[in-house]
Amino acid sequence: MDRFVFLTVDGLSRGAVYSAFALALVLIWRAARVVNFAQGAMAVAAAYVAYTVSAATGSYWLGFVVAIVAGLLLGALVDRVVMRHVDHASPLNPVIVALGLVLLIQAVLGMVYGSEFRPAEAPFSRSALTVGGLAVLSPYDLFVFATIGVVVSGLAWMFARTPVGLRMRAAAFAPEVSRLLGVNVGGMLTLGWALASGVGALAAMLVLPTELGLHPHAMDLVFVSAFTAAVVGGLDSPPGAVVGGLVVGLVLSYVSGYAGSDLTPLAVLVLLLAVLLVRPGGLFAPVTARRV
Amino acid sequence: MSASDLLVVRGLVAGYGAAPVLRAIDLTVPAGTIAAVVGANGAGKTTLLRALSGMIRPAAGQVLLAGEDLRGTPVEQLVRRGMAHVPEGRGVISELTVDENLRLGGLWRRDRADAGRALDEVYQLFEPLARRRRHLGHQLSGGERQMLALGRALVGRPRLLLLDEPSLGLAPRVVARTMALLRQLRDRTGLTVLLVEQNVRSALAVADQGVVMSLGRVVIAAPAVQLRDDVDLRHAYLGF
Repeated sequence: MDRFVFLTVDGLSRGAVYSAFALALVLIWRAARVVNFAQGAMAVAAAYVAYTVSAATGSYWLGFVVAIVAGLLLGALVDRVVMRHVDHASPLNPVIVALGLVLLIQAVLGMVYGSEFRPAEAPFSRSALTVGGLAVLSPYDLFVFATIGVVVSGLAWMFARTPVGLRMRAAAFAPEVSRLLGVNVGGMLTLGWALASGVGALAAMLVLPTELGLHPHAMDLVFVSAFTAAVVGGLDSPPGAVVGGLVVGLVLSYVSGYAGSDLTPLAVLVLLLAVLLVRPGGLFAPVTARRV
Repeated sequence: MSASDLLVVRGLVAGYGAAPVLRAIDLTVPAGTIAAVVGANGAGKTTLLRALSGMIRPAAGQVLLAGEDLRGTPVEQLVRRGMAHVPEGRGVISELTVDENLRLGGLWRRDRADAGRALDEVYQLFEPLARRRRHLGHQLSGGERQMLALGRALVGRPRLLLLDEPSLGLAPRVVARTMALLRQLRDRTGLTVLLVEQNVRSALAVADQGVVMSLGRVVIAAPAVQLRDDVDLRHAYLGF
């Protein structure tokens, strides 16, 4: 029973990070109809910037903020300099360009920082607090939940309630009509990339202390899990991404706890395959077909 | 060109790819009037509206709105110059609610208070929309979508309204109501309308000026009354 509680809590904690990372994928998919395969590498790049700043100033929190800012800027840059100029006639084009970006970013990081693991610092203790003899959440888990809770509800509020959120949704659903109504569609697209990349950077900052540390490939597996989470939830659905992240986190935690951690990469792929076979639109696929 | 001409088009050439659809269009719409562009399928009516609002870049010619040359103005700026374009198929955003669609029409405005007033006026003008504020675009009937598209344009308080086939797919009763509304807006607010129609009868019934297009050219621009009454002309170009 103890073990089950521990695995559940651990799964939810990792799942929260997958949720955020999946949400970032969904944001870009909704805005640009591109699955951003470079998101893991972009997030690691932002985390390296944070590492440099933290190492120079000795402040974790300064690095944390810098990572998010770097993520935002990198997202805008990737849109303006690269993705904007890719011909989207074939959906494969942006995918291949994104994979190229992964190689480029990882190579540059390897050249600048080397490819040994660097320790990623956690701002709070990672040892679990015991409640009534049961080891449950660590202060760091609480920090992860709180941060992702704030980010997810902040984004939901922004999209549903603010003028800029309305503009972003309109630009994604109907770019041509939106331009006729005075919406700067290109600007909204860049903003979408920036936000997604910022969320991705945040997720990397939260997950890296629980992994082996900082490395150019550090987010590769996280990316696969988050991609699965996004597909489980349906690529078009932000709430789906959040739930999908938690589901994937739990499944992986149980598989790793009861069947062995060697099996987790396989379990992710089996889950991805199962969802694609049974419900390719995702569990949260919108019921309304688009009518013009 | 007189001072009262809101829209002046001179020698407009535009199209998709190499072959121009519009070949040297000349057109003048005085402020506070309704002009109806009619003509067969493929005459270039929709292309004309798309070229006016900058959705396609004209290859040559001039578009003046209140004397101001619109060349090179990005599409998203035109609404700020007072031009509203309700595109083919009306452009209701299905995934957004009625209220969101309408608010979108006024988001660009600096004068937030007046944008709010304009929104209230549209809800008064179109009662059914007020009752369906929270419904999604795709849940509306054809007539309601029409109201939503028109209302969304009006929230921006345009000087010139471009309408692409407002009667398409609507019951005759709804078409009549729409046309009556356009006349009412012209008389009350001085709105200028350029509408493109397949439904020649109802378009000429509401318009001050009739413009007949054929194969990318304006062949006749005359008072609508004259077009309605000239049997030879109707037979030659309009087929009724």
